[in-house]
Amino acid sequence: MSTKTEHQAHQGPEPLDVHDPRLSRFDIVREGARRDDIEIVHYEEQVVPGSKAERRLTRTVASMFLLTGLAATAFLVVYIWWPWEYEPGSGGDKYYTPLLGLTLGVALLGIGFGILTWGKKLLPKEVSIQDRHENDPNVAESRKITGETMLYLADEMGVKRRPLLGISLLAGLAPVGAVAAAPLVGGLISNPHKNNQMFTTGFAPADGRKIRLVREDGRPIRPADISAGGQLTVFPGIEHGVSNKHADSPTLLIHLRESDAQVSREANQRVGHGNYMWGNYAAFSKICTHAGCPASLYEQQTNRLLCPCHQSQFLITDNARPVFGPASRRLPQLPIEVDDEGFFVARSDYTETVGPDFWERP
Amino acid sequence: MKRRKLDMASVPGKAAVGVDDRFGVSTPLRKLLNKVFPDHWSFLLGEIALFSFVVLLLTGVFLTFFYEPAMTEVVYNGSYAPLRGTPMSAAYASSLDISFDVRGGLIMRQMHHWSALLFMAAIVVHMLRVFFTGAFRKPRETNWIIGSLLFWVGFLAGFTGYSLPDDGLSGTGLRIASGIMLSIPVIGSWVTSSIFGGEFPGEIIISRFFIAHVLLIPGLLVALISAHLGLVFKQKHTQWPGPGRTNDNVVGERMFPRYALKQGGFFMVVFGVIALMGGLFQINPIWYFGPYEAWVVSAASQPDWYVMFLDGSTRLMPAWEINIPIGDGYVIPPLFWPTVVLPGVLVGLSTLYPFVEARRLKDYRSHNLLQRPRDVPERTAIGAMAVAFYIVLTLSGGNDVIADKFHISLNAMTWAGRIGLLVIPPLAYYVTYRICLGLQQHDREVLAHGVETGIIRRLPDGRFEEVHQPLAAGGHDGHAELEYAGWVVPKKMNRLGALGPAIRGFFYPIEKPAEAPVSPGHPPVEPLPERKEISSGESRR
Repeated sequence: MSTKTEHQAHQGPEPLDVHDPRLSRFDIVREGARRDDIEIVHYEEQVVPGSKAERRLTRTVASMFLLTGLAATAFLVVYIWWPWEYEPGSGGDKYYTPLLGLTLGVALLGIGFGILTWGKKLLPKEVSIQDRHENDPNVAESRKITGETMLYLADEMGVKRRPLLGISLLAGLAPVGAVAAAPLVGGLISNPHKNNQMFTTGFAPADGRKIRLVREDGRPIRPADISAGGQLTVFPGIEHGVSNKHADSPTLLIHLRESDAQVSREANQRVGHGNYMWGNYAAFSKICTHAGCPASLYEQQTNRLLCPCHQSQFLITDNARPVFGPASRRLPQLPIEVDDEGFFVARSDYTETVGPDFWERP
Repeated sequence: MKRRKLDMASVPGKAAVGVDDRFGVSTPLRKLLNKVFPDHWSFLLGEIALFSFVVLLLTGVFLTFFYEPAMTEVVYNGSYAPLRGTPMSAAYASSLDISFDVRGGLIMRQMHHWSALLFMAAIVVHMLRVFFTGAFRKPRETNWIIGSLLFWVGFLAGFTGYSLPDDGLSGTGLRIASGIMLSIPVIGSWVTSSIFGGEFPGEIIISRFFIAHVLLIPGLLVALISAHLGLVFKQKHTQWPGPGRTNDNVVGERMFPRYALKQGGFFMVVFGVIALMGGLFQINPIWYFGPYEAWVVSAASQPDWYVMFLDGSTRLMPAWEINIPIGDGYVIPPLFWPTVVLPGVLVGLSTLYPFVEARRLKDYRSHNLLQRPRDVPERTAIGAMAVAFYIVLTLSGGNDVIADKFHISLNAMTWAGRIGLLVIPPLAYYVTYRICLGLQQHDREVLAHGVETGIIRRLPDGRFEEVHQPLAAGGHDGHAELEYAGWVVPKKMNRLGALGPAIRGFFYPIEKPAEAPVSPGHPPVEPLPERKEISSGESRR
């Protein structure tokens, strides 16, 4: 089928008789293309059948397919017999996934490049031209007919003559649409202000009892547990206090150095938080007022707290005022004191809203 | 009874007749087999996205068999020793099990993640191709809109997907997402509370994200992709200008067999590359991050690359809070602008662009021929501006890592991003515009004067000039009068047929110049004569 057709311009509009026994199969193919407005203007074998080049290409493609078979078998062997269960250290299991990837990748690439070589090098090259029918005169006529048909249908429905039907249908359908949406919206909707949850944290005193500050393992904290300049993440000492159930409660308890504590106290006085610190200890919400990440990188020298998500920086000694980055509101301060047994407690809940800002935050 | 002889050769024909009697498919099938596709490497970028999507579906189905979308607290007791005994959500525990206790689960997880990254990357690159070549013009505006929606739906698919493992990193992302929802004026707290089923994190968000990620979003993606491909099929592919190519035809190959075979091979190659990446390159090692705890985060927490531009815009945003002093007072937090308004504006701008351009140029005709970016300097410059904007934001999304690795102050990086975001896009616009004009002029120059040969000739009066090889016979003033055809102008001597085939090799020839192949319709080309060194005066050798 090494037919070369070097741009044979239109062979006349009359279609060939495809039952003519003298036609070759390619003639029929080209006739079919022509009926779809495709002119095969160039069709050329890339390799001479039986030539050395053809044999070489055939061998190349075949070897790629065989490589696929080999790699796929290797995949199965590795999958079944290679030690795969996790062991600490650097055991053979660390190579399990890479070996699977390597064998699977080679298998797929082999078949891919095999097919590509087959298609690109062994199949005849062609140039065909298909008409887009952009300026078909029949289009205008067909548009006219379809348009008229639709208008006719509208006339038959008679909405124009009987407007009540149209209005009542719309009036009936609108509530049906709302009915379809109602269960989903109604089921999902949830009041954000239930139990005043957006404005309270786990430190809210329960039954008049003040809440202790506890570590991650639940143990309460004495002032002596934190050295000057040190800091500790603390939680409300209630049930599930150290869990995501109280995602707004994590707090940073900082033992400021004497001079910093003095500055801090003066700053507290300015905003009417005069008794929020206990000694040189201050506690600030760890939840960034910007997007809610834990602002947890504390730089001792500058007393700055940095949130690693968007780099908001808060100056602890100035009521945790935002000094850089996108945060616009200071970190709320937790008023603290030490109870009779010598453990830190929250004197009350936070007096400002904890966490990211929202519309109705007063 | 005599057994009738079975003629094997006639079986397929008879079967085909049988099928056509019942379904009447022969004409539509022939039309499908006969569809003509133009070929160019840049038309394959969208295919990469399509093929990655197929891999996503395959690997994703595997993962659903082992993943448990629940936030119930369990104590991990699997194979990964460092986390044994840690309380965590069932979702995170089952993700760890996929990584360590399901045979071959890790490679499936990693292939899923890599193909998601590739999917988004291919969408973006494909979109750039369509934009810069003007393929979005009438009649293809609808497909441009569907394509830009595919980016955003893919974005949602990616975000819901990487939130599912419920590890330390994805939980942080989820918390930021809740902060973003909270920042919407008036309805923010209601939206957040409704989606999370109460205060963050609640107990239901993972199962809601799961059903969105495995059913709703993929369903939407499949619908959009089908519409996208259907329209490409119906409207026929655009093509580059070239010999015989007009606005009213498609010049290329019929779909079967060669074109389809190449597509199939390309799919296997994409699949194979994803398998190699999934096996050899680690991605999202959730076991290092630990379970999500609201009070734990590490530096360099970055989202997947296609989300980073939003992270960057959030970091660059100044702390501008709008207070509305009515009643108890209301707030529009600074987080609202870079994360809700900006994406909204971007969606609007990108979807409306085809109409804006058509209106500006008063061009309402159908275009099936592509344009070279240099020929439409304004559009190319606008595209470059958008890309520059995106790159500044994406880099700012990792500015803490850049600051750390290059020992730059973090605050300096933020300021560089803020200033860069305003300065670099206009600069990119100007530079691109000038480059386009320069390239256009060079094309015209070559058409008029010919190809630069690199041969310097000394004239009798002592002047030096470069010899140009004209592309056509000269006109009245010695200049060829060639129309620019909207396609590549030959600029290297070797590309001209008469001078034989190009010599391969970048710095020096890696092969001897061979005889030109004999192509049908053209006389064989004489082998090149031995090259003579051109030198002034005596030869040095």
